Amino acid sequence: MLFLSYLISGISLGSIYAIIALGYTMVYGIAKMLNFAHGDVIMVGGYICFFACSYYGLHPLVGIVMAMVVCTVLGILIDRFAYKPLRQAPALAVLITAIGMSYFLQNSAQLLWGSGSRVFSSVIGKGSFSFFDGQLTINYLTVVTIVVCIVIMVGLVWFINQTKRGKAMRACSEDKGAAQLMGINVDNTISLTFAIGSALAAIAGVLLCSAYPLLNPTTGMMPGIKAFTAAVFGGIGSIPGALVGGLLLGIIEIFAKAYLSTQFSDAIVFAVLIIVLLVKPTGLLGKKINEKV
Amino acid sequence: MKQAKMNRTTRSNLITYLMVIAFFVIFQILIATGNVSSLLKGQLVPICAYVVMAISLNLVVGVSGELSLGHAGFMSAGAFSGIVAAGYLQTMMESETLVLLIAMIIGGIVAAAAGVIVGVPILRLSGDYLAIVTLAFGQIIKSIVENLYVGYDANGLQFSMVKNTLELGEGGKMLITGPMGANGMATISTFTMGFVLIMVCLFVIFNLVNSKSGRAIMALRDNKIAAQSVGISSSKYKLLAFVVSAAMAGMAGVLFALNFTTVVASKFDFNTSILILVFVVLGGLGNMRGSIIAAALLTVLPELLRSFADYRMLVYAIFLILMMLATNNPKLKGFLQSISAKIKGAVGKGGEANG
Amino acid sequence: MKKILSVCLILMLSIGLLAGCGGDETTNNNEGQAGGTENNAAAIKIGGTGPLTGGAAIYGLAAKQGAEIAVEEINALGGLQFELKYEDDANDAEKAANAYNVVKDWGMQISLGSVTSTPGTATASKNYEDRIFALTPSASSTSVTEGKDNVFQMCFTDPGQGAKSAQYIYEQNLGEKIAIIYKNDEVYSSGIYETFIAEAEKLGLNVVSTTTFTTDSQTDFSVQLGEAKNAGADLVFLPMYYEPASLILTQADSMGYAPKFFGVDGMDGILTLKGFDASLAEGVILLTSFSADAQDDMTVNFVTKYQDKYGETPNQFAAGAYDSIYALYNACTNAGVTADMTAEQINDLMIEQFTTMSFDGLTGTQITWSSDGTVSKDPKGMVIQDGVYVGM
Repeated sequence: MLFLSYLISGISLGSIYAIIALGYTMVYGIAKMLNFAHGDVIMVGGYICFFACSYYGLHPLVGIVMAMVVCTVLGILIDRFAYKPLRQAPALAVLITAIGMSYFLQNSAQLLWGSGSRVFSSVIGKGSFSFFDGQLTINYLTVVTIVVCIVIMVGLVWFINQTKRGKAMRACSEDKGAAQLMGINVDNTISLTFAIGSALAAIAGVLLCSAYPLLNPTTGMMPGIKAFTAAVFGGIGSIPGALVGGLLLGIIEIFAKAYLSTQFSDAIVFAVLIIVLLVKPTGLLGKKINEKV
Repeated sequence: MKQAKMNRTTRSNLITYLMVIAFFVIFQILIATGNVSSLLKGQLVPICAYVVMAISLNLVVGVSGELSLGHAGFMSAGAFSGIVAAGYLQTMMESETLVLLIAMIIGGIVAAAAGVIVGVPILRLSGDYLAIVTLAFGQIIKSIVENLYVGYDANGLQFSMVKNTLELGEGGKMLITGPMGANGMATISTFTMGFVLIMVCLFVIFNLVNSKSGRAIMALRDNKIAAQSVGISSSKYKLLAFVVSAAMAGMAGVLFALNFTTVVASKFDFNTSILILVFVVLGGLGNMRGSIIAAALLTVLPELLRSFADYRMLVYAIFLILMMLATNNPKLKGFLQSISAKIKGAVGKGGEANG
Repeated sequence: MKKILSVCLILMLSIGLLAGCGGDETTNNNEGQAGGTENNAAAIKIGGTGPLTGGAAIYGLAAKQGAEIAVEEINALGGLQFELKYEDDANDAEKAANAYNVVKDWGMQISLGSVTSTPGTATASKNYEDRIFALTPSASSTSVTEGKDNVFQMCFTDPGQGAKSAQYIYEQNLGEKIAIIYKNDEVYSSGIYETFIAEAEKLGLNVVSTTTFTTDSQTDFSVQLGEAKNAGADLVFLPMYYEPASLILTQADSMGYAPKFFGVDGMDGILTLKGFDASLAEGVILLTSFSADAQDDMTVNFVTKYQDKYGETPNQFAAGAYDSIYALYNACTNAGVTADMTAEQINDLMIEQFTTMSFDGLTGTQITWSSDGTVSKDPKGMVIQDGVYVGM
């Protein structure tokens, strides 16, 4: 029974990683950049929702929508001012800018909202489903997180494959030059990707803070790095890969704590990652790109 | 023509050496005359350590073309093995310089060994996948050191993992106590040793880059398939760069650690790796002189920004973003290039007229 | 490319230098005003380092603000004048050494050491070398004071707290089966844990489960709590700060696990955490030396002033720093320290004072120090009932 409840904790943690990883993977797939500021957009989303709900007493749904709107705008602004001028620059320059942006967001948050932690009140009501005479309980929040995660993934896959904008995104990720020649506005497409990624970050932020209700300016950092790991784990650039990678990472993390050692759980997670990448160098579901001579 | 090109490399290297020497001499004079604030004086050794970290990472990122996000892991491996070595050697030796030297060599060897362990399997990966594995490696090292207990007594060195089960005899001393890191070390690092380390590392890197191996490494960076087709072993040369870089990082770690009375494993985390990567990118990939300047300036910068008080790190972040935007702005680049061309032209003409 | 770069770097440096020069003066002025000193020259300069940015900023800012209030009060008395300067160390030994040097260059005569333990160890050895007396409000690791005759602590040492907690649990017979969750990569938490477990063995306490977490994994505690629950623990010992503790309490509640929770002084602050549901902390026992809810005049005065000025409820870090300044003030008055003395002269007088004097403050009465720098005061056992501390 304990096994099952650990598994559920793992899936719950993993689905949050997965939602964050989806944002990472989207941006990577199209803009070919590691957006290290993604974790901090999550934190901003958490704060917006926190203020909307706890200070102004708005309905949680309104809070989520507000967080999404603010984060989307923030994502577009970040892209416009920090990343867009660097479209032609080497990948490393963009990486450093993204890191600078991450520091910027963290420090702005500290100045604006203080360094003290705030306790986030869950947007999902308390309560749980009970099985086997109460031996196994599943929170509503866990169920909601998993459902949201799957809905988002399905939605994204549909968007990418079926809509015109989505097709433009795929075209950009295949070959920017050719896409431009076909009349696709590459810059706008990349901005759209940032907008979607940031909206996802807002949702992830609200769910993360609902599950682990402690909010401070560095809240987004570690989940951000873990989600980045999850995205690579599943094959970065692949949307189903992000889901699989996130879930597996969450489960491995919980199981490593439960059955091996709480001291070394982080080391174990990363060791598994290394082994997986050695066997499958492009991640679990990543595409193998054939080299051209 | 060929000779002129050779000369240019040599001259550029020479300028770099001279720059480091000048920096050292100026500061020695300033210290001797008492013109240096304790703040700057205290930063000299860390600056040396960061300079070595930057040039060693530049060997991997700039020369070999592989992104590493776990360079601080090697620093950590070197630092803690150096601390153990120094702590143990101090019971036997008087000369601090000798202790530091041996500790540095041991730190370098341990870090190089870690470099081989990490390097051999992962060099079949490339790009962002390599980056994430180096990041993972940095986390693993941190996790291991956080659970490591080392002490010594009359029976010699003793190790323990996870729990402090060491029962040290009379006169025993703990060197590393898990999460509390190393405490109460003698601060034996000196600016002179830091300077020597920079010079040695520069010498090794310049010679490596200009050797047959160096050209093979760069050929692999520029076009792996073409290089492999002429018989250059990808794993051999990439590993060479990786291991040399790790060894230097380890030595820098020892220099850094023994400059403070306390060091904890979490000091060498992802953020430190990123910080060093920032030095390298800002200084220019493959450009050792740039790395040195960037490392020195960016180590001092946060201290200069102290007057911004709470806004300090915010200003630092803005600096970072603006610097990247400025150095990659085609308009600004063209503008500066035309200015430098004009200056060069004027100087050149003046020189000719004089001659 | 190289040229552009060097031009930019030089530009950056010169801007930094300019800003540095320009700003220094303003900072000094500000500090002067904050201290309320009318005559800067006659004030004793007190310097300290603490994390004012980054993840640990809450502790550093609290200490700084607590100390500021004390300095204001003292300067308003009109006698001995203090001038205070706190520099950011971002909870890092290297930055702490820099921050220490900044305040030293400023002319620090007495030091408040550092707020947290790792930077504290680094700055304490500098205090020792430079012969500048230090009284740290909250750096509680033993390595801070070890082997340094002029570094003193206002807080309990970590081992002291660990042993006291074990004794308290044993004496009050609080739990049959004890589970421990501690933070494996933190000096404070693991320092308390190590002596707790040693003392618990001595006393024959039954520890059934020991699990850890790190800064990187302090989100999900389902496994740690699951193990404790499975082992049937009826008391969970939480030697950690209140932030991760609040997560543990929340998650224990949601999995329907309700043992007794026992915390140490880092737990203080949990009730003031913004948005925290105090009912979750019902019945939590903690050993602490300060409680913001205490009704004595001194605490009420401090808490009111703090809330007026900073809009927050002070925690034990603020109280410790406030007490530190007053302890220094008492010692300075007794020893007849004046602002024109050198740091070294003050140092010797202070060592003499601190090893002999007794001090009453927010965090305890009849506080004394031993010559190794550790404090002797009794922690109070508190239990949280209906959202307030009640003495046990």
